[in-house]
Amino acid sequence: MSNIPVDLKFVKTHEWTRLNDDGSVTVGISDNAQEQLGDMVFVELPEVGQELTADEACAVVESVKAASDVYAPISGEVVEVNEGLADSPETVNQDAYGKGWIFRMQPSNAVELDGLMEPEAYETFLATEAH
Amino acid sequence: MGSKTPLYDEHVAAGGKLVDFAGWDMPINYGSQIEEHHTVRKAAGMFDVSHMVVVDLTGAQVGDFLRHLLANNVDRLKDKGKALYSCMLNESGGVIDDLIVYYLRDDFYRMVVNAGTRDKDLAWLEQHAGAFSVKVQERPELAMIAIQGPEARAKVLEVLNDEARAVAEPLKPFYGAFADGDWFIARTGYTGEDGFEIILPAAEAPAFWQQLKAAGVRPTGLGARDTLRLEAGMNLYGSDMDETTTPLESALAWTVAWDPQDRDFIGRRALEQQREQGARQKLVGLLLEDKGVLRNHQKVVVENNAEGEITSGSFSPTLQRAIAFARVPKETGEACQVEIRGRLLSARVVKPPFVRNGKAQIEL
Repeated sequence: MSNIPVDLKFVKTHEWTRLNDDGSVTVGISDNAQEQLGDMVFVELPEVGQELTADEACAVVESVKAASDVYAPISGEVVEVNEGLADSPETVNQDAYGKGWIFRMQPSNAVELDGLMEPEAYETFLATEAH
Repeated sequence: MGSKTPLYDEHVAAGGKLVDFAGWDMPINYGSQIEEHHTVRKAAGMFDVSHMVVVDLTGAQVGDFLRHLLANNVDRLKDKGKALYSCMLNESGGVIDDLIVYYLRDDFYRMVVNAGTRDKDLAWLEQHAGAFSVKVQERPELAMIAIQGPEARAKVLEVLNDEARAVAEPLKPFYGAFADGDWFIARTGYTGEDGFEIILPAAEAPAFWQQLKAAGVRPTGLGARDTLRLEAGMNLYGSDMDETTTPLESALAWTVAWDPQDRDFIGRRALEQQREQGARQKLVGLLLEDKGVLRNHQKVVVENNAEGEITSGSFSPTLQRAIAFARVPKETGEACQVEIRGRLLSARVVKPPFVRNGKAQIEL
């Protein structure tokens, strides 16, 4: 059974996006991704004001096991980062789709969102990736 | 699919996340590596280490054989059951493997070596045993469980039968003894905590594991085993030393027995030469002052732009800081920098262990 919130969209590198009412987009990593990585111990955040291009590595999540890049799902400017992760990186494990968000961006080309995967498509993608 | 230990089904049943380790399907964790780590520091955890290789060495000249084979000296083992940690070197002083050897009788020693080096270790043992008429017998039919933590000893004693308990209870640290048949109980480990390592027949391992679990001992994966041994200041073969590095370059000089001077162990001449000239590099502990995580193979920059490399790096769950071992030039002082994703972060050279018996051993 899926527990992915229906308002999220995903990319193949396991980031999720949520379109907010003000047109900004919140970004995090999927619950599946945090589970694969294991206990988070450090998150390197992007900088507010940083211009990102889709697929660009812009943050790093580090678990006890390994460091893993977080990619910009779409292009745009970083408008806010989740400062709380500096002291509590485990929030990404505990609430990947909520309090464990990583940054918020203002899309430069909102049409890019249309190309992202719906939760169902992401789950299918995960199933194929597992084999 | 890799080899399976006798406890494979237990790992699957406990939700163990299995990964390949030296050709074995082993649990890296059972959910949370960090929680497992803390359990070993505060209570008791158990590790399936059945992939490790038990080798029994027998024969009238087995003592002479080991005096020639090992950089540490088995003559230090005066009492039966006493264990010795040693490196086994090649002629150039490089480390073929690190191991534990137990003195059981004048004609019987038991050795435990690493899984990843099994084939070359056995070949090396065979190659040198002939001259001493020593019989080298691997014991793949035995399983091995390490139970570690401040509560480990009490919990094991609670679970053992009367005969085995009578053997285990009086054991002092770094001693082992046979109990019931093929049960061998040793007060040793790889975590910096008290506990036992128990070698037992494979068929009896699952039931014993379940009894320990029922007594409240938490299954703990190889992930936590690695962060625990790193905090405890213990080297990992293949990461911190190998055939291209000597014990003197690996913070293992304390394991080399130079006396008596006429003991002709393999690698001695090369080590003596290095000792006279002074090893050019050394293995040290690092504590990252900045935020981030130290990882194997990151570059270390010291005075005069000389460079070293992290051999084992991780996040220390006990200290809540990144720690590492690094091989650096011998002149390296107290401060250095580590290159992480193109940036140089500040680190401090410290003397391991980082943690012993649940307590920090360095200033943060």
